[in-house]
Amino acid sequence: MTTTSEYKKPIPRPTGESQPFWDFCKKHELRFQRCSKCNTFRHYPRPLCGECGSFDFDWVQVAPKGTVHSWVTAHRAFHPGFAEELPLAIVIVDVDEAPGIRIMANYNDGTKADEVAVGAPVKIVFDDVTEEFTLPKIARA
Amino acid sequence: MYSPKELSNKTCVVGIGETTYSRKSGMTDLTLQLTAAMRAIEDAGIKPGDIDGILPQAAGATSEDFATNLGIKDLRYSAQINMGGASPCAAIQNGVLAVASGVCNYVLLLSGRNGYSGARTAQSIGAGLGSGPMRTMGEFEYIYGLVAPMLWYGPMARRHMHLYGTTSLQFAEVSIAMRRHASMQSNAQMKDPITIEDHQSSPILADPFRLLDCCLQTDGAAACVITTPERAKDLKKKPVYISAFGEAHPDSPSSITQRPDMTTFGIAKLAPRVFEMAGMTPKDVDVAELYDCFTFTVINQLEDIGFCGKGEGGPFVEGGRIQIGGDLPVNTHGGLLSQGHIMGMNHVIEGIKQVRGSSDVQVKDAEVALVSGYGDFGDGALAIFSGR
Repeated sequence: MTTTSEYKKPIPRPTGESQPFWDFCKKHELRFQRCSKCNTFRHYPRPLCGECGSFDFDWVQVAPKGTVHSWVTAHRAFHPGFAEELPLAIVIVDVDEAPGIRIMANYNDGTKADEVAVGAPVKIVFDDVTEEFTLPKIARA
Repeated sequence: MYSPKELSNKTCVVGIGETTYSRKSGMTDLTLQLTAAMRAIEDAGIKPGDIDGILPQAAGATSEDFATNLGIKDLRYSAQINMGGASPCAAIQNGVLAVASGVCNYVLLLSGRNGYSGARTAQSIGAGLGSGPMRTMGEFEYIYGLVAPMLWYGPMARRHMHLYGTTSLQFAEVSIAMRRHASMQSNAQMKDPITIEDHQSSPILADPFRLLDCCLQTDGAAACVITTPERAKDLKKKPVYISAFGEAHPDSPSSITQRPDMTTFGIAKLAPRVFEMAGMTPKDVDVAELYDCFTFTVINQLEDIGFCGKGEGGPFVEGGRIQIGGDLPVNTHGGLLSQGHIMGMNHVIEGIKQVRGSSDVQVKDAEVALVSGYGDFGDGALAIFSGR
């Protein structure tokens, strides 16, 4: 594991609302906010349920499984930290057990950009990128 | 109180001004914008101090800068819209409301920047990811390399291709139409005509986008003056009426990733309202100036505005339909793809020119021009200009 100062890519800058999400990732748990009143999942983390107006929610753990919704492949290093991984697939994944919720991720199992397809099943895995942060990533299911 | 429909044609544009679109203006951002402003004020035939409302839609200059430089003694209204490239078109709404309500007599709307020789978009985005509308994206998406706009919109385009069979060859049709129009314009950055083969052999930057799917970066500025038809009677130019206007936001406005249908932009909600306000349908539009940060963005807007059905935008742009002489000429100025990128203010200006009959690529007998803006993560704006 690298220290934060050695990690060359951007790291998350959590807010009071989002800090628990990253804390759960560090424990390798995939959890999303779900409204306690109307049971609607929401992501990215925020205070209020847009469906029913309730501030009450639970961090509900879901299975780390998903499906490719769409993706884009970077052929240029728009940030120098990604220069050695080009072409880099940046993938949007529907989370199977959290209806309406998606995550963004990169593959970390060597899957090449030209092997990505809409509808492909993926496993959501956790990459301890620094001492401080663990990022959700994906691998072929 | 006015209903939106009663605001149709209650205001008009009486002056327009542009600088040269280039890669090196040799001016500061402020001088560049003031140059466009003074040209619009002169075109209108008013004095700089007559301006009492300012809508500056670009970085590098504030309302206070304009008030000081233009000698405005009593600035009554100013607003900067936070909708990225949709801001100039969206700000028409602010201008109309300020003038129709009687708060202001003459509102100056402008945008511009040294977008090539000065700070580049990628740099300003990197700096903006910690706060404002991009904060969430900074936390959850930037970390996977999603840095530049072509990466934000790539998944939208890919999804459209997946759902509707849209192709890179159809993207090319948009690119060559914009370039053909720019080649006929006196003021445009990229004038060499291109072919589908040129598009297909241009490098892939962010698959599915090639170089020739992506807009330019530009030094330039443009401005217009909005007032009432009554005041316009005493001015130099024939007024161009603002028949409809509005801004719109998509579902999940701060995140494309979480949007239920990432191929539906905010303007899908706005288009029916705007046509109702104008008392028109898409068939009444003679020419459309559509925000074209990427080729795909044009295709998707053609659908969301209602020029064709959802998923039909790819076939719609084939066969020269959106070129001058086609059924619906689009971006007769060359757009962001070939004329220049000043956040779509050049689209507003070109729509006004078409109704005036003064474009270098004039659509014959054009009476109605529709202009769109698109920004951030799917925000949008529309305006309909007419000669009445």
